[in-house]
Amino acid sequence: MSTELTESAVPPPTEHSAAPSRRTFIATTTAVGGAVVAGGLMTGPAALAAETGAAEAPPSSRVSLTVNGKRHALTVDNRTSLLDLLREHLDLPGSKKGCNAGACGACTVLVDGRRVNSCLTLAVRLEGAEVTTVEGLADGDGLHPLQQAFIEQDAFQCGYCTPGQIMSGVGCIQEGHTGSADEIREWMSGNICRCGCYVKIVRAVEQTAHGK
Amino acid sequence: MYPFTFTKVSDTAEALNAGHRGGRYIAGGTTLVDLMRETVERPETLVDISALPLRGVTVTERGGLRIGALVRMAEAAAHAKVRTTYPVISEALELSASAQLRNMATIGGNIMQRTRCTYFRDVTAGCNKREPGSGCAARDGFNRTHAILGTSDACVATHPSDVAVAFAALQATVHVVGPDGARSIPFADFLLRPGSTPEREQALQKGELITAVEIPAFPRPLKSGYLKVRDRQSYEFALTSAAVALHVRGGVIREAKVAAGGVGTVPWKLPAVEKHLIGERPSQALWAEAAKHAADGARPLEHNRFKVELLKRTVERQLRIVGGTK
Repeated sequence: MSTELTESAVPPPTEHSAAPSRRTFIATTTAVGGAVVAGGLMTGPAALAAETGAAEAPPSSRVSLTVNGKRHALTVDNRTSLLDLLREHLDLPGSKKGCNAGACGACTVLVDGRRVNSCLTLAVRLEGAEVTTVEGLADGDGLHPLQQAFIEQDAFQCGYCTPGQIMSGVGCIQEGHTGSADEIREWMSGNICRCGCYVKIVRAVEQTAHGK
Repeated sequence: MYPFTFTKVSDTAEALNAGHRGGRYIAGGTTLVDLMRETVERPETLVDISALPLRGVTVTERGGLRIGALVRMAEAAAHAKVRTTYPVISEALELSASAQLRNMATIGGNIMQRTRCTYFRDVTAGCNKREPGSGCAARDGFNRTHAILGTSDACVATHPSDVAVAFAALQATVHVVGPDGARSIPFADFLLRPGSTPEREQALQKGELITAVEIPAFPRPLKSGYLKVRDRQSYEFALTSAAVALHVRGGVIREAKVAAGGVGTVPWKLPAVEKHLIGERPSQALWAEAAKHAADGARPLEHNRFKVELLKRTVERQLRIVGGTK
């Protein structure tokens, strides 16, 4: 927990817009608050590591990758996940942090065309990779057919898992695992929906795969 | 997560050099990154081996199959040769994890994955595997999902892999390379029972790298399959599972390979069940009789007694599915 806060407190290195948005305001406030709490609670090796980290920058690496067609070259703390890179460094908060442990699928994105959990992907390993997030699906104002299907089928309530569901659904359709509702359910099982919209999610994937 | 240095290697010699200096290999990373975030794993250096040429699936001279260590679970499961010659492997893979995780995780990493025991993952709990000498919180804790076979006073955690159960049943070989050259380890010797040193999980020396898993050839036709029983239908670890492969000729079972998952500290081979099948004619009665021995030697804990009967039924059902019902 304390290490998480420390990670969030690491300032994004590059590519910040000048105007403070609601998101950056909240993120900054949270990071500062988090650091204060962490400083008050941490003892032992964790505190030591944090102090060492404050004295000298933690090991970082240079990585260049393409996200939604746009090339980025940046230096990141080696610990940065692809999910944190997207959300905290590249202003792409569409991919969601649910469990941060590969157990919920809310962070699903495509890396080189394959659906993966971005929370378990270290950003430094993505040299030359092509990443597609939910922000990269639409063609201008025209929604991706699966995004449109989610609206038509009313396939969400709170919406938190939806970006991951949609990215996973795109992968599922590309892989061709849409032969039946049962097959879709099995191959979409890596995406948890706490609102229980599974029936309509399956329908949205079916509609997109088979145009019905 | 603790800070670590990162290096990506481009050939095996470079990898072994980094591994010998104490670097930790990372392939798919689905277990390692997760456990690093929980501070269960604290490597000082990660060595990215994803560029090594260990991605092939090839038929061996003897007619077996060699699966490269860096072949992803999804790729191995979809491979035509795997699906047609060893369905038990493709089924075990496709019943594992999720589509996303199978797109990341590799075959070598799969057999290196660490237990899902919640006390192992909780750094505030006693765990001899994570912190030797700190005790086992699972023994007197909530141990419903824990092992009933191969346990010790020090550790009762299950090995979580599905495909490792298929590898155990088929008597696979793990090929490794290290500073002193290449060697091969029978799968039965690769994963270690906890004994008094549960922190030692594989028979790998420092810096050794898995290059491939080889499945031996079997007389054909070989019918095989994997059954997984769990708390939810998908995206969950096994409570019990069974990998079964049978070669029947002239109405008589000539080869029987059976192993169980979700119940052992390592994938659990079932020689007593196999012995009951060899030389017999397939029948409902035979499956039931053989499966009676599936839990021989089991030592259940407070909350997992149900696994004894569940294991027998899992094995019986999978023998029936693979072997037919006549």
